Amino acid sequence: MTSIRLSVPQTARKDEIIELKALIQHPMESGYRRGSRGEQIPRNIITRFECLYDGELVFSADFHPAIAADPFLKFYTRAVRSGTLEFRWTDQHGETWSDTASLSVT
Amino acid sequence: MPDHPAPPETRFSRRALIRLGAGTVLIAATPLPAFATPDDVKAAQQELFGSRVIRDGRVTLKLPAIAENGYSVPFSVEIDSPMTEDDHVRQIAIFSPRNPIASVARFQLGPRAGRAAVATRIRLGGTQAVQAVAEMNDGSLWSGSAQTVVTLAACVVLW
Repeated sequence: MTSIRLSVPQTARKDEIIELKALIQHPMESGYRRGSRGEQIPRNIITRFECLYDGELVFSADFHPAIAADPFLKFYTRAVRSGTLEFRWTDQHGETWSDTASLSVT
Repeated sequence: MPDHPAPPETRFSRRALIRLGAGTVLIAATPLPAFATPDDVKAAQQELFGSRVIRDGRVTLKLPAIAENGYSVPFSVEIDSPMTEDDHVRQIAIFSPRNPIASVARFQLGPRAGRAAVATRIRLGGTQAVQAVAEMNDGSLWSGSAQTVVTLAACVVLW
């Protein structure tokens, strides 16, 4: 079970710039390591992250193997209206994970 | 006359042979060029931005002065930009001159970000100056870098 941790304020004033933090549990196997029997451990990484604010893409990231295991991101967005923030990760095989948080804007 | 010393040219050739042998050992001990070089960074930047001019400034990177664990190094980048509809950052690309792959990550943002700042944790294969290039909405490119000393390097390539 992949665990996701989000840090999103519950409330914000209109037009306030809010800090968003997102972390997903993932080995981000670089493909440069060898196992105990000397075999090459194949690359297995998350390659894409997206943050959607009421369905609109507000931030995205492309990852290479240099992103540490359990990729963590901190970024910002302007609180324009009450709504849902969706955080979505996609790995190199196309598997996706996502979680949402709601934000109430006063 | 078997007890005579070998003629000078023979001795020279023996020395040369020894030198050749030592050289071969050195070559064998040198690891394969598994790490990116500043040229690879240039190539990765050209792939993203073509041959457009990249100016210094507006980009601030933060890395610890000493990274004790290269497998997870806290990293942040901030661009000096008002982040308005008319003047904002479109994307930020991060490059490493000493990892196996020069590209580290790329962040896409826009005026809705409010603040052009991103933090994450990265892997570093050795002591180096990590570089970031920001592309503004007017197409201009700005760059900055930060140096860090890595005591335990990540991605040690063993072949």
